[in-house]
Amino acid sequence: MHILEKKIRDAAAEGRTALIPFVTAGYPSPETFWNVMGELDESGADIIEIGVPFSDPVADGPVVEEASVRALSNGVTLHGIMEGLRRHRGRFRAGLVLMGYMNPFLQYGLERLAREAREVGVHGFIVPDLPFDEAGEMRAVLAEQGLALIALVGPNTGEDRMKLYAEVSQGYVYAVSVMGTTGERNSLPPEVTDVLSRVRRVFSLPVALGFGLRSPEQLSALPKEVRPDAAVFGSSLLRHLAEGSSPADFMRVWREGQ
Amino acid sequence: MKKGYFGDFGGRFVPELLMPPLMELEEAMKDILPSEAFQKELDDLLQNYAGRKTPLTFCPGLSERLGFELWLKREDLLHTGAHKINNTLGQALLARYMGKTSLIAETGAGQHGVATAAAAARLGMKCTVYMGAEDAERQSANVRRMRLLGAEVVAVESGSRTLKDAINAALRAWISLQKTTHYCFGTAAGPYPFPDLVREFQSVIGREARAQMLERTGALPDYVVAAVGGGSNAIGMFSPFVPDASVRLIGVEAGGTGEPGCMHSAAINLGRPGVLHGEYTMLLQNDDGQILPSGSISAGLDYPGVGPEHAHLAASGRVRYAVAYDHEALDAFQTLCRVEGILPALESSHALAYVLEHAGEFESGSRVLVNLSGRGDKDMDIVEKALGL
Repeated sequence: MHILEKKIRDAAAEGRTALIPFVTAGYPSPETFWNVMGELDESGADIIEIGVPFSDPVADGPVVEEASVRALSNGVTLHGIMEGLRRHRGRFRAGLVLMGYMNPFLQYGLERLAREAREVGVHGFIVPDLPFDEAGEMRAVLAEQGLALIALVGPNTGEDRMKLYAEVSQGYVYAVSVMGTTGERNSLPPEVTDVLSRVRRVFSLPVALGFGLRSPEQLSALPKEVRPDAAVFGSSLLRHLAEGSSPADFMRVWREGQ
Repeated sequence: MKKGYFGDFGGRFVPELLMPPLMELEEAMKDILPSEAFQKELDDLLQNYAGRKTPLTFCPGLSERLGFELWLKREDLLHTGAHKINNTLGQALLARYMGKTSLIAETGAGQHGVATAAAAARLGMKCTVYMGAEDAERQSANVRRMRLLGAEVVAVESGSRTLKDAINAALRAWISLQKTTHYCFGTAAGPYPFPDLVREFQSVIGREARAQMLERTGALPDYVVAAVGGGSNAIGMFSPFVPDASVRLIGVEAGGTGEPGCMHSAAINLGRPGVLHGEYTMLLQNDDGQILPSGSISAGLDYPGVGPEHAHLAASGRVRYAVAYDHEALDAFQTLCRVEGILPALESSHALAYVLEHAGEFESGSRVLVNLSGRGDKDMDIVEKALGL
């Protein structure tokens, strides 16, 4: 079992939804970012998704895009992120996933990226602009280092395409809750139940729900049989950090809300 | 499962949520496009609404000066002022056959936005155009034209506030609007099948020009020259000539001011391969893979990437890609105004500039065909300011 899958299964064994915070690298500032990482890790994150900033983040809403722009103007680069991870190697209990767009990864060199990512303790990647059809090479290069390429599926992904992903995926499957970009929504659309049940039928991997989450109540409102194994929250966390609140406070709400 | 490649370039690098509408479009291209009903209706629109076919104009004054024959394909005479309408009528009609009721589009200078707004109005569709806030300020006349044509114009404030950000915004909007809406992509770039679709609709330029040259001169041109930003006018002009081995093809990229370290839009000449806007192509980017802002006096060429088929035609050597600078384009603009009485768009002025500046490279007595992709009325303010008039 891939370690990312195990992290989520372990949470389930404790009777809880696994928590997957997303935070853009270098946010809120390059100086405080590693403290945020540490605090998220200590306050119950099962997996942490680290956002690799990109100039043209086409799957992201305004909050993540703004964080990405700010990180870039603060000089955050993929090289810097890898160096930081190397410095902090072994510090985090949570599984680590790098989430970013294809071009920075490609320019870094996929084989070098995979090798160094394993060395510094990364367990997987999410690449929102890399659909199944284009992902073969990257998936193979990552697999050689034991790294997972996380599948992203959404409300308009039919079972046929889900099956393509299911055959080759490891770690967990990321279900996108809305037909849109990342960012908080007050309520989840009714289709989310359909997506989740389709994902359950097709995948044997644990299911993480993301895009649009802002509070644990959104999950408890879902029918029990389709509730995800893990919740991913990005924009709401970034907004919380921007307001100067602590990562631990944010995590407490999610820990106690379920 | 990889699809839509030209050699190493192209592909479909988009969020999974955009795969279904792209696959739907791919099917429509296969099923609807070749049908007689569609072709007949499109032909009628192109002839009787847009003003095809466009003339092929011989330039006697310039030809005498240059020592070779200069011919212009007059896309500037089309409705809405540029070749863009060839593509927007085709895509809008296709979208209507697909049952879509709305169009979204990105625009840089505003020409594609205006052409989309016109096609939408004509075909009874709703239209929203995304335009970088900076472009909307510097091309405010086109913003007003789009609004008069019934389109909603959304000024995009993110990123560099220019064309590339408008494309990002339109792609994001398409994720949520895909059921009812077609994304009318403006250039021969983006994820498959857009590069094929746009070439399909723009290659009417080259087909007509090829037949006109044969009819008027009894031979094919020796050189065909076109400006390349994203590359839609150039691919439309070049593709019917690609199999003609005797015809030398020259694409002209925008070099900006030409000062050392200046912003430019020469992705093929000065860029490196990478992924942007759904395709693997030549891009202006830094070592970290971040996209760099582009620059040109011509807003329509101001883009940090280029269509993947051009990247391939450059790699294979079939097309040579050269560079023209802002001041050369301005000189060519004035020359064509004064010698031939034609006011060209600054985009097309780049193609012409290459021919005028490098006249010695063209064999004397040869036939040189330049795609005059648009008219320059839209550029009056920029030209007057640059020339201090």
